[in-house]
Amino acid sequence: MATWKEETQNLAGSDLVMIRGGSGKPLLVLHDELGYTGWMSWNEELAKVRELIIPLQPGFGKSPRQDWMWRHRDLANYYLNVIRELGLEKPDVLAFSAGAYTAAEMAAANPELLGSITLVGPMGIKPDEGEIFDIFACTIKTCLRQTVFDKEAKEFSEIYGGEMSAEQFEWFEDARAESARLGWEPYMFNPSLPDLLRSAKNAKLPTLLIRGSEDAIVPQDCIRKYHDALPQADIVTIKGTGHRPEIEDSAEFVAAVKHFLA
Amino acid sequence: MQIAHFTERPVRYLAEEPVLENRAFFGVSNKYYDREKAAHDYNFYLDEACYCEEVGFDAVALNEHHGNPFCSGSVVNIEAAILARITTKAKIVIIGNMLPGVKHPLRVAEELATIDTISRGRLVTGWVRGAGSEQFFNNANPAYNREMFNEAHSFIMDCWTKDGPWRYEGKHFHYRHVNPWVKPYQEIPQQWIPGVLSAETVMWCAEKQYPYLGLGTALGPTCDLWDMYADKSAELGYQAGPENFGYLLPIFCADTDEKAQEIGKGFIFGGGQNAFSRPEHTLPPGYNSKSAIRMLGQQPGGSWLGVSKEKLMAGADDSWDASAYDGLRAKLVAGYEKVQDQMQIVVGSPETCAQKIKDILSVIRPGVFTCFAVQGNVSDKDRLRSVELLGKEVLPDIRKFADEIGLFGPFDRTPGSVKLAPGTKRAPVVDREALAKLNLS
Repeated sequence: MATWKEETQNLAGSDLVMIRGGSGKPLLVLHDELGYTGWMSWNEELAKVRELIIPLQPGFGKSPRQDWMWRHRDLANYYLNVIRELGLEKPDVLAFSAGAYTAAEMAAANPELLGSITLVGPMGIKPDEGEIFDIFACTIKTCLRQTVFDKEAKEFSEIYGGEMSAEQFEWFEDARAESARLGWEPYMFNPSLPDLLRSAKNAKLPTLLIRGSEDAIVPQDCIRKYHDALPQADIVTIKGTGHRPEIEDSAEFVAAVKHFLA
Repeated sequence: MQIAHFTERPVRYLAEEPVLENRAFFGVSNKYYDREKAAHDYNFYLDEACYCEEVGFDAVALNEHHGNPFCSGSVVNIEAAILARITTKAKIVIIGNMLPGVKHPLRVAEELATIDTISRGRLVTGWVRGAGSEQFFNNANPAYNREMFNEAHSFIMDCWTKDGPWRYEGKHFHYRHVNPWVKPYQEIPQQWIPGVLSAETVMWCAEKQYPYLGLGTALGPTCDLWDMYADKSAELGYQAGPENFGYLLPIFCADTDEKAQEIGKGFIFGGGQNAFSRPEHTLPPGYNSKSAIRMLGQQPGGSWLGVSKEKLMAGADDSWDASAYDGLRAKLVAGYEKVQDQMQIVVGSPETCAQKIKDILSVIRPGVFTCFAVQGNVSDKDRLRSVELLGKEVLPDIRKFADEIGLFGPFDRTPGSVKLAPGTKRAPVVDREALAKLNLS
């Protein structure tokens, strides 16, 4: 197993808890709207070739909430300052779902600061066809089941299958609350984002869009709209997976990411 | 004591099956809406309020909910404005305006001031955060609910007391020209705050010296909460008393106990209050405070949202089985008996109702008592008969009893007016011996 550790640093004006593991060129990983799920097999594989830096989003239980953050755009600019203060040299960014929305805002705000972005099941742009699934209007059980196509996926039950402790429950609710603060209205998209991404398009920021073929959270049209905004992007569809290809078919997922980052 | 009549103005033409099938009132499709029957109901409820005034209620109370046939009142200030003109002496109690959902406190300030002015000072206003489902209906960010509530309330108070024009740049609300040309007829209308056992709300009420109205809450926890209010008020230098507390109780009265029992089953129509909304709509993200979430998480079986290995892996089973109807009804009826045993619903003849109400008043000693009218598909005639029996036979008895045990209402004694010197032990606000005698399990 690669060694990973949890550390707290005061960055960009507040304490930020981060998971760091592996070695190599930095890969900044932004977790999704339900929080960090723990070090899984895909982390392990990528950590063989990269140093993974996974900030635990402010307000998600461990890193303190920042009252000034109203939008994903605010969070994105916070993370850009984190990159600057950590002295990271054009890090690649791998981001999931609402985390991918944040990563897209980062790319729009300052594409020159990043090496590349890999957006997995990205929220952030309103689809013309279909709707981004409303995770707030369902129980945790429904929400979690909605995220996977293969409900028997081994790592899915490893992450969520146990009885929830009081502490975990509180973190879950913290995550939902912070996600609501940033993304309640308009629900998980920024109408300006396609236009703002012109900067990343002009900078030809290397971009990979990954989507599970059966994703029931983010519609296919979101990928199309992202591709319209970022025509340089490669698209990878991982068959037989839902919104969590990284745990439903981690081999395919890791292969796609490694190929892109190589 | 002030005695009010309250109704949710239930949609009375709705069959029960869609509610049971939906497992809640919130979310039942409005395809069942019937224009003619709705027109009858909206007019009837206004007439019913006038009749309440005629038979002796001091106040008529109303509220609003959204997207929910449990309560057809969706724009409470419109109904209150009509009542301001067609009633003559009853207080008009709004419990309440859901400030985070309305999102426009300047408009609310103007509407309420208009109602108070037309009624020549009969408005009692209340503020609510709105049920969880209201946050979805109004697209109000639940994570900012408490902040928006506090800011909107404070802004409205300024609208009513500060001379304009002035400018307001807050966190959630922004107005460049505040200068409403309607102010309340009263200097400041009384504000009664309804709630269902929220400690944060109770503490806020104590700080503001606002009467807190328990909405049919169980008597034991209600006592605990009112002690909390009284402790806080003692800290702040005043003795809380009946004038600081109100209680709303579901009551249905008929000529005989048997008839009341039958018609009173309207309270469990569709699952009753417990079926107001499903869990996912009741507790939206960020709606509860950190401390409330911590308490929920520490409840036995903390996986209350359904995440255990078995539940997570189990297939979704939300399908409606019509054959389950009889079984469901039987469960509801059993629950109906239980809540009566717990004295959270009172149903019976005038004699039965009066005695039970007196027992309850003895324990929690409120200065405001509100009769919550029956739910379900109950006829005009039966509803009006209940109002008549309550007004003409029960209320006089209750008033006499309230006077005997010193239940001052907020219009008899101003909340917060009984000062308490620092270090003085406060007087009790509830009677726990009387509670013990009720032998509630």
